[in-house]
Amino acid sequence: MQVYRFTGDTKPDQVLNEAGEVVGSLPDNAVDLALEWYPFMIFCRKFDERAQLLQRQGRIGTYAPFRGQEASQIGSFAVLRPSDWVFPTYRELAGMMYHGLEPVHALLKSRGHPDAGRMPEGLHMAPVQIAIAAQILHAVGAGWACKLRQADDVAVAYFGDGATSEGDFHEGMNFASVMRLPVVFFCQNNQYAISVPVERQTASPTIAQKAIAYGVEGLRVDGNDVFAVYQAMRYAVDRARRGEGPTLIEAVTYRLGPHTTADDPGRYREAADVERWAAAKDPLVRLRLWLTRQGLWDDARQAACEEEAEARVRQAVAEMEAYPHKPLAEAARHVYAEVPEDLALDLAERGKEAR
Amino acid sequence: MPKWTMIEAIRDALAIALRDDPRVLVFGEDVGKNGGVFRATDGLQAEFGEARVVDTPLAEKAIVGTAVGLAMAGMKPVAEIQFLGFAYEAMDQIAAQLARIRFRTQGRFTAPAVIRAPYGGGVRTPELHSDSLEALFAHTPGLVVVTPSRPYDAKGLLLSAIRSPDPVIFLEPIRLYRAFREEVPEGDYEVPLGRAAVRREGSDVTLVAWGPTVPVAESAAVQVASKGISCEVIDLRTLAPLDRSALKASVEKTGRAVIVHEAVRYAGLGAEMAASIMDLAFYHLRAPIERVAGLDTPYPPAALEDAWLPSVTRVVEAIERVMED
Repeated sequence: MQVYRFTGDTKPDQVLNEAGEVVGSLPDNAVDLALEWYPFMIFCRKFDERAQLLQRQGRIGTYAPFRGQEASQIGSFAVLRPSDWVFPTYRELAGMMYHGLEPVHALLKSRGHPDAGRMPEGLHMAPVQIAIAAQILHAVGAGWACKLRQADDVAVAYFGDGATSEGDFHEGMNFASVMRLPVVFFCQNNQYAISVPVERQTASPTIAQKAIAYGVEGLRVDGNDVFAVYQAMRYAVDRARRGEGPTLIEAVTYRLGPHTTADDPGRYREAADVERWAAAKDPLVRLRLWLTRQGLWDDARQAACEEEAEARVRQAVAEMEAYPHKPLAEAARHVYAEVPEDLALDLAERGKEAR
Repeated sequence: MPKWTMIEAIRDALAIALRDDPRVLVFGEDVGKNGGVFRATDGLQAEFGEARVVDTPLAEKAIVGTAVGLAMAGMKPVAEIQFLGFAYEAMDQIAAQLARIRFRTQGRFTAPAVIRAPYGGGVRTPELHSDSLEALFAHTPGLVVVTPSRPYDAKGLLLSAIRSPDPVIFLEPIRLYRAFREEVPEGDYEVPLGRAAVRREGSDVTLVAWGPTVPVAESAAVQVASKGISCEVIDLRTLAPLDRSALKASVEKTGRAVIVHEAVRYAGLGAEMAASIMDLAFYHLRAPIERVAGLDTPYPPAALEDAWLPSVTRVVEAIERVMED
């Protein structure tokens, strides 16, 4: 009797350990990358903190913080080019801004503005998905289109650990593998789906190993190590561009903030646990330690960088508050290619309210 | 001109679309080598290749979800759900995704996919193979919902659907796939979406029907004609968005309306049609509007379906009631 069991190593791949020491293989241009990434990570951290405050002040609505997941997002988006297809969730704003979404635009979703989903021209990036895992299948479809066009573009689905319990994840992995599509399934395992820990989502020791059942390659990396994420993503994207099919990446990370501004994590997790991750595994701290070791960073640079980031966030907030209102009658033009008669009449009857 | 059944007309529309536009691809369960369980895609894979006529894994959600991604990325997917009852499996992708891409992105992306599905009763199927779910889709802004009742329309409407800038749910009445033949032009032509057709002109009662109940309404109209009642039969063809002017013009003339559909009556499209007629032609009405529909139960096992479905007799009775008032 042959019994199938997973016996692989579950330790996530690292390039930098928690002390910022090199324990794996750095990318060739590590210094240039780090000097681009680290200031952007600082900006994202400031943005995230400010967005939470804006919600508390009633200036925006519900916001989903990404604090702690900057390395997973920036390290993976850094591999993509504008013609690749990206399907993010509501917690991917750091990556999306790195990819070219203007910070003001990143605030519009929480502002409840209809233009939040009108993504920039020139980028094949979908707006944030709210239904858990639904975007995974869209990425598979877009990857299918890339393959049919014989372009070497790829499609990437971003999702969290909770999404791996949804049917869309399993249908998408299976479909992409059967059709050998250029798709990267990028899972940020941030340990919690709102209040439910990953142990209640899956009984398998890792998410990465789920790849095996679908005939997909799986990688498990330290999601707070930006170099490890980058290397894994490069491996997956290169495979996809070469026509070798899909890859599942599990980036092991931690959601330092609440699920959203409407959530109280004190109800379901210990403050000490959060502290442990924040103290020892913060992705920003790790990259700064490495940069400092290289003699490329110091307190003065840090202070200047933070100041610049804060100014940029202030600018984005000012732009958000000045962003012109879009009336219902205008938003309603985009339900069908042409406004149906019934809808046009209804809007006309609403009169001023809709304008 | 050849005389074709509806299924032959649908197959021809798919072949023309595949020939006409390299972005078109046809996929679903059993649509490739097998040519579809009803033969709607018979021979298409042999003609257009495995890359464009594709057997997918058995996963309705993935079939619709990948259609969304393909369409966003500029392809023209024509996906098949093997029976409409299995569209429940894909409802998130249809109602929460496909229908909303244009609105969610305020026009930056669109998802003009076509989802074809056989539906309707009368052919003694197992459970979930006969359900009429059109109201679910018509209740979802962003979707165009189309259902033909004859071969000529099936071909022309499907070609229009494939070329539509909006996502289209294309519902094909199983009972009419091979019910009769009619002359269908061999070449490319379109029947416009959003326009109803008058199948029979009349002056006393408007019968509003779509898909599988159009022949039922037509038979009832023939029966009551011998009693001196003149019925106008409107075949809606597009259920959303609604052709208001067709309803208005007919009811203004007749002053009476009977709506006939297979789906369950409660919160069915008959209620919406009745409300629309009230809005459009209230002062022309001479009798309360009648609905003849399925019973408010799940679609029943085959041995009970004749009693469940709207019959010619029940439509005739409804016509007689509105004539009494």
